[in-house]
Amino acid sequence: MDEQKIKEISPDEILIETVDLHSAGYRLVAISCTGKDGVELSYSFDKDYDFIHLRVNMDYDTEIESITPIYGYAFLYENEIKELFGVKIKNIIADFHDKLYRISEEAPFKEKEEE
Amino acid sequence: MSILSMTKTLFKSIVHGPYTENYPAKPRENYERTRGSIENDIEDCIFCGMCTRQCPTGALEIDKGEKRWSIERMQCIQCGYCVNVCPKKCLHMRNQYTAPDTEKVKDDYVARISDH
Amino acid sequence: MGKRTVVPFGPQHPVLPEPIHLDLVLEDEKVIEAIPQIGYVHRGLEKLVDKKDFKQFTYVSERICGICSFMHGAGYCMSVESIMGIEVPERAVFLRTIWAELSRIHSHLLWLGLTADAFGFESLFMHTWRLREQVLDLFEQTTGGRLIFSVCDIGGVRKDITPEMLDKIVSVVTNMDKELRDVTSVFLNDSTVKHRTVGIGLLSKEKALELGAVGPMAKASGIRRDMRTQGYCAYKYLEFEPITAEEGDSYARMQVRIGEIFQAIDLIKQCIEKLPEGDIITKIKGNPKGEHFTRVEQPRGEALYYVKANGTKFLDRFRVRTPTFANVPALLEILKDCDLADVPILILTIDPCISCTER
Repeated sequence: MDEQKIKEISPDEILIETVDLHSAGYRLVAISCTGKDGVELSYSFDKDYDFIHLRVNMDYDTEIESITPIYGYAFLYENEIKELFGVKIKNIIADFHDKLYRISEEAPFKEKEEE
Repeated sequence: MSILSMTKTLFKSIVHGPYTENYPAKPRENYERTRGSIENDIEDCIFCGMCTRQCPTGALEIDKGEKRWSIERMQCIQCGYCVNVCPKKCLHMRNQYTAPDTEKVKDDYVARISDH
Repeated sequence: MGKRTVVPFGPQHPVLPEPIHLDLVLEDEKVIEAIPQIGYVHRGLEKLVDKKDFKQFTYVSERICGICSFMHGAGYCMSVESIMGIEVPERAVFLRTIWAELSRIHSHLLWLGLTADAFGFESLFMHTWRLREQVLDLFEQTTGGRLIFSVCDIGGVRKDITPEMLDKIVSVVTNMDKELRDVTSVFLNDSTVKHRTVGIGLLSKEKALELGAVGPMAKASGIRRDMRTQGYCAYKYLEFEPITAEEGDSYARMQVRIGEIFQAIDLIKQCIEKLPEGDIITKIKGNPKGEHFTRVEQPRGEALYYVKANGTKFLDRFRVRTPTFANVPALLEILKDCDLADVPILILTIDPCISCTER
């Protein structure tokens, strides 16, 4: 089984870390988001089966930079996360403005505040 | 040349005849393991409610007082999870499918209430 | 520069097995750009972890898509098993591999049929699907379902394959091997097929790496990446080499998939030979706590499963990154500068599975 290598970083470091990985020849596997107790973003990268993850923990109000300038094909993941979770991701190249899935409900995966 | 590469297969098919079956006239036989529909041996059922709690689609319903066990046929996905969890093993997977219908079908199984 | 026209392609189109929409920006007959629009089959299945407990969710995960169903179920189960530290019985591991490889045959045959249909070779389409039917019958006899098996469970598998049935699987796939040689030789040698595929939709190795392509799409561009070499399931006991091609065109992708069908037949035979005796399921206790990323090689490429559990019976998060999702950027790339008439073939060439993509 793959070993789980998760590296925790702060939201501001995402671009620096990604640039490093990109120049080391890693490819982006996926960006996953968990919406429980704030936003938890996992950026998964792979190079020759070396599978590593960058973990960003933040709240819904924090803005995070898009990594599309480095990995162009991240636009699908970022648009998805933005639309389903309502996470604020800025400067996405090819921003669909929450119109990727065109769902009627706004940010359906976002944790709703308990009433 | 390569434009005739299909010929061999085509000649084989001509000799073999149709591979399909004359369906409505000759019904298809299901295999022993075919997941068709759920059946309940209601006399063995203890109405514990295990199956209703575990059913992923919520297709099952019980009424302990009336000794009734019912299944929404169109909602059931034939996963067989209820068969797995049943403590009395009174649930079975039959290999016959529920007949298609224009309305939702709900089947009730009621146990005889014993006199003693 | 000619006048630009926008042609909507899909969501309903004869070649599309599932709905996806592309806005094609055309200049005369050449495609300049393609803009994707998904969401027609978005069901929000990942969100269902809040409502279904982690055992019930096995059945939900299988229903993400009808074609890759078994691998979705197995991928989910493998993630949960890793979190809970469950040792899956050897026999179950081999059985999973047999079903996974049979699924690969059925998926690739489905794709070959659809491709034949896309370039108008109707009889070839019928013949590939006739062969696929035998695999579906094997599924029904061993698991009870033709597409959705419901055999994979956390801790193992729920149904065993009897020795007689194993012999039958061997004889069916051996016979199929022979028939497949005839049918696939048409795909590989027929001049009409070659005319539609050779040199169409070129994706260079650099581009494939840059766009994060996975599966046959990457393998056909010369990237030797196959998650099975990581030895999940029983693949660590089996001998095989990932199949690759160098050209990176539609023909190469077809070659890779055809090669994988024969490889799958070989792997099934190896599995059945080495199949150990023993239990097929371990009992599980308690609830999972922790997180795990699992990667498996689906017929369409690498799929990622992420499970995060919090110690209750409801999971915090389940996420799938399906191969088609990763291949969409590559699709957009190969659509650039192609002829409008080639668009259907190019869309099929990534083996799109939209239900997987949108979940």
